[in-house]
Amino acid sequence: MRDILLAGGILLAFALSGVGLVSWTFQGTVDRIEQNQREALLQELQQLVPPDRYDNALTDDTLDVEDNGLLGMHGTVTAYRARMDDEPVAVILPAKARDGYTGPITLLVGIYADGRIAGVRVVDHSETPGLGDAIEPRRSNWINQFVGQSLDDPDTAEWAVKRDRGAFDQLTGATVTARAVVRAVRDALLFYDQFGEELFASDTAPDEEPQDANEDPDGDESSEGEDDSNE
Amino acid sequence: MSDTVGGLAREGLWSNNPGLVQLLGLCPLLAVSNTVVNALGLGLATILVLMLSNTTVSLIRHGVRREIRIPVFVLVIASFVTVVELSMNAWFHELFLILGIFIPLIVTNCAILGRAEAYASRNPPGLAALDGLMMGLGFAGVLVALGAFREVLGQGTLFSQAELLLGSAASGLELTVIPGYDGFLLAALPPGAFIGLGLLLALKNLIDQRRPGTHTMAQPAEAPQSG
Repeated sequence: MRDILLAGGILLAFALSGVGLVSWTFQGTVDRIEQNQREALLQELQQLVPPDRYDNALTDDTLDVEDNGLLGMHGTVTAYRARMDDEPVAVILPAKARDGYTGPITLLVGIYADGRIAGVRVVDHSETPGLGDAIEPRRSNWINQFVGQSLDDPDTAEWAVKRDRGAFDQLTGATVTARAVVRAVRDALLFYDQFGEELFASDTAPDEEPQDANEDPDGDESSEGEDDSNE
Repeated sequence: MSDTVGGLAREGLWSNNPGLVQLLGLCPLLAVSNTVVNALGLGLATILVLMLSNTTVSLIRHGVRREIRIPVFVLVIASFVTVVELSMNAWFHELFLILGIFIPLIVTNCAILGRAEAYASRNPPGLAALDGLMMGLGFAGVLVALGAFREVLGQGTLFSQAELLLGSAASGLELTVIPGYDGFLLAALPPGAFIGLGLLLALKNLIDQRRPGTHTMAQPAEAPQSG
């Protein structure tokens, strides 16, 4: 009995010192890690909308919107808004192509207020290295062909790869991947087409209104979003 | 089992190398060896964890009862791995994002628990730390060799994305070994890792065979049961 208690006590002591060591490290690194994550996010967002096009804090001017299925995210997503002198410039929406070749492809789609694409970036994917990963800008320029396009240019029906009689280049050996990305970008544009004004309307610019006053308009908006999808 | 500095170095780097002879920790070895920089990042993290855990295990070797030594070793290793993970997240954020799950998975690298049990729990701290360093270097060496092999064959480059590990000054380090190379997909995919490791093993055995007077290569030195 004594032996068991002693063994348990030793284990407990080691568990406690392990926890102590980890929490001490956590305290020492938590601020830096948060800052890293913010910087990484900002860097990603800046690739979509050039920094000289807006003057607000992109990572703080966010809006939680309910996805009606067009973004493929299921649930609430965070939209980032870019403004210049409080005028809407662009919105950045996360989107997910669920029909990638080897799994979902997560994208960030930047859309200017006039409905043209500011830029598209792949955030996460598991497509085949050497074929499907050409959707990454460091592998090929393919993803940049969306820049400047909108639902009218090319026509909505032509939002497809060339093999499907669309307007966009496909990727050799990775048609499924290219198809999925083109469709996800088009759906993000359709989403913006439906809710564009509202994405900018309920203003959460930090210095204008106190935080809790914003929660009601947000709630309204998300329920409207659901109504639309049911129609 | 050797207790001299030279002997420990020889064991860790060559005759009892964790990657080539004990064949421990193959999961991260195969998964992260797609480029030199990834391999080096995980290799350094493993060396650090191995030295810390070996030293600690050696320091507490008289206070820990035999029947609970394995849970205690696991606690020690898991704590250090978490510390390394948090530190990498703070100071090498982009590399941390690439290595992802394989940093926490250092915990499951049998080479670390194996050294704690087979060497550190029976030897004084100085020797245990040295053993950790040498075993870690041996493991990292195999990792980097495999990484270089796969990166050259797969992409035709070396040290691509070195800035993730060494800062922006190192971005010029990237070498294009084979200009205009289309890439060899197989080398970048998991089968390339298996084939590459097989070739490295064959090369090591060939060198051992050619060396006069040493015909011990056929019997791997005592591999811990915890593989």
